[in-house]
Amino acid sequence: MTDEITPESFEHLVELAAFAFDPEEADYLRRELNLQLKAVHQLEAVPLKADVPITLHGVSYGHEIAPALREDVWEPCDNPDEILAQAPQVEDRYIIVPDIPHTKLD
Amino acid sequence: MTIMERSAYDIAESVQQGELSAVEVLEAALARVAQVDGRPGTLDYGELTEEDRQKVHAFITLTTDRAYAQAEAVDARVKAGESVGPLAGVPLTVKDIFCVKDTPSTAASRILANFLAPYTATAVERLETAGALTLGKVNLDEFTYGSSTESSAFQPSTRNPWDTDRVPGGSSGGSTASVAAGEALLSLGTDTAGSIRQPAAFCGVVGLKPTYGRVSRYGLIAFGSSLDCPGPVARDVRDAALMLSAMAGEDRRDATAAVQAVPDYLKTLAYGVKGMRIGLSPDYMRITFPDPDTGELVQQPLPEEIRAATLRAAEALAAQGAEIVEDIPMVNTAYGIPAYFVISRVEAASNLHRFDGVKYGYRTNSGFKDLREMYRKTRAEGFGLQPKLRILMGMYVSAAQYSEQYYQRALQVRALIRSDFDAAFDPQGAYRLDALLTPTTPTTAFKLADVYGDSVLMQYADQLTVPANHAGVPGISIPAGLDSDGMPIGVQLLAPDFMEETLFQAGYAFEQATADADWRNVQPQVLR
Repeated sequence: MTDEITPESFEHLVELAAFAFDPEEADYLRRELNLQLKAVHQLEAVPLKADVPITLHGVSYGHEIAPALREDVWEPCDNPDEILAQAPQVEDRYIIVPDIPHTKLD
Repeated sequence: MTIMERSAYDIAESVQQGELSAVEVLEAALARVAQVDGRPGTLDYGELTEEDRQKVHAFITLTTDRAYAQAEAVDARVKAGESVGPLAGVPLTVKDIFCVKDTPSTAASRILANFLAPYTATAVERLETAGALTLGKVNLDEFTYGSSTESSAFQPSTRNPWDTDRVPGGSSGGSTASVAAGEALLSLGTDTAGSIRQPAAFCGVVGLKPTYGRVSRYGLIAFGSSLDCPGPVARDVRDAALMLSAMAGEDRRDATAAVQAVPDYLKTLAYGVKGMRIGLSPDYMRITFPDPDTGELVQQPLPEEIRAATLRAAEALAAQGAEIVEDIPMVNTAYGIPAYFVISRVEAASNLHRFDGVKYGYRTNSGFKDLREMYRKTRAEGFGLQPKLRILMGMYVSAAQYSEQYYQRALQVRALIRSDFDAAFDPQGAYRLDALLTPTTPTTAFKLADVYGDSVLMQYADQLTVPANHAGVPGISIPAGLDSDGMPIGVQLLAPDFMEETLFQAGYAFEQATADADWRNVQPQVLR
């Protein structure tokens, strides 16, 4: 685990995360990411037996405290237009997005 | 005693009995805000003035009209002889990471600056139903990502009422500062790695991270969904207990809100600590962190003043009848931050993909040729550096080729951290603790700009608080003195799952035992 985030892998991450940076920001972010990774490498020193289970929540959700699933019944939202009104662009109650990049198949 | 010096408990009682009107209380709170807060945080803030440097700046949005309507409704009910709730007339601030219907709910980020929440978070709804007066939304680190409140997109960011050249801590810095400065009597915060307890310690107030699942997360803008806990900030333990009683409990809109009865915390508050077994651990008396230059792990003892305050707290509890058990091994404490760097970032990245300029919030004003470019420009302009850093880190450590070595391993380490607590609290085990007593933070409040920008060092401010988030157990920070610079020191009590009442009992006993201490008479700078 001595890997470092290279400028190339950083660029790839930026593309996946749908960001864009000027060079100064990119330098700062890549440096901080690599410093954080160094801290993360402390985990290598932890003696872990193979049978240590993973924990998704600290509190174990036994059936006695886990809420039952709700009935699968449709419930209308009481203010859909208020929610739609938050969208930057709406027409006839449809949210509008710009062109989706696509390739035309033959 | 002026209105804003009284406790929430006391104010609610007077309002319920018709001795004091909720409108009078609200006006006292607004007068205090006008006196100490200065201008609220905004996106276009310009230069900081000398006056700005001496104010608290807790607020992003004041909801004065909402609070007046609530106060008038409380007063009308009292006048009509109808019953009012346990928080009747109590001024409340809400960390701006909670949705409150028809108010800007910004997460202190440009990307949500124009977002008006179409619904109200369960915790806020319950506090308002209990009669609280919502004064407004208070500042925080952007999306809660920080320990100083400096990363807010809304500046001036909050300053520490005890010394306005210092940070209030974070991320619930606006919450703890507003309570410390007497602008509100209660505040609703959130704690993912220490974001209630650390700023509570820095600002000299009480802050509780409840058990994961004790308080509904519905309406909380998510960061680390397996770690986030809404919780109370108050000036004393009784007020924190009062507030938790009003907002805890199951919620059909949050599948992680536990189905577990909420005890009457006020009833058991004064039961005392006689016979309680309270532990001290050497693993909480030092801090381990990577040297910024070499990357080598460095271990340092905590500052003597913080250690001494914790030991004095243990003595005070012992004098009240608690049995102090020393040398509790909490050997995985030092791994809390490295595991958190992985788990919280993976969850943050997942939660932040939804902000894309399509459904709500900010959309870029510059041109774009297609959807992808619109996403990219919106997210680049809308998010600050700290959220971007967390998203990138989360994507990196959860990538298919790294997931096993980072994410899976961090989740296993999380299980080890939990096992430390299980062993300490096991009623049949070697230690049989009711609670563990630790310092809350490795330092008192640091100066503005001293740490900001160093994302690793900033994260280590949470080293003593983050284990409770991994483990899910409840923790409380209570004021325990002042350091030689006059800055508050906090101590932390941790307890088994859903045993908040133990924390309140022990915290209350400590307050009683130290009621006459000189440091309790010292006021924050902005009130002197």
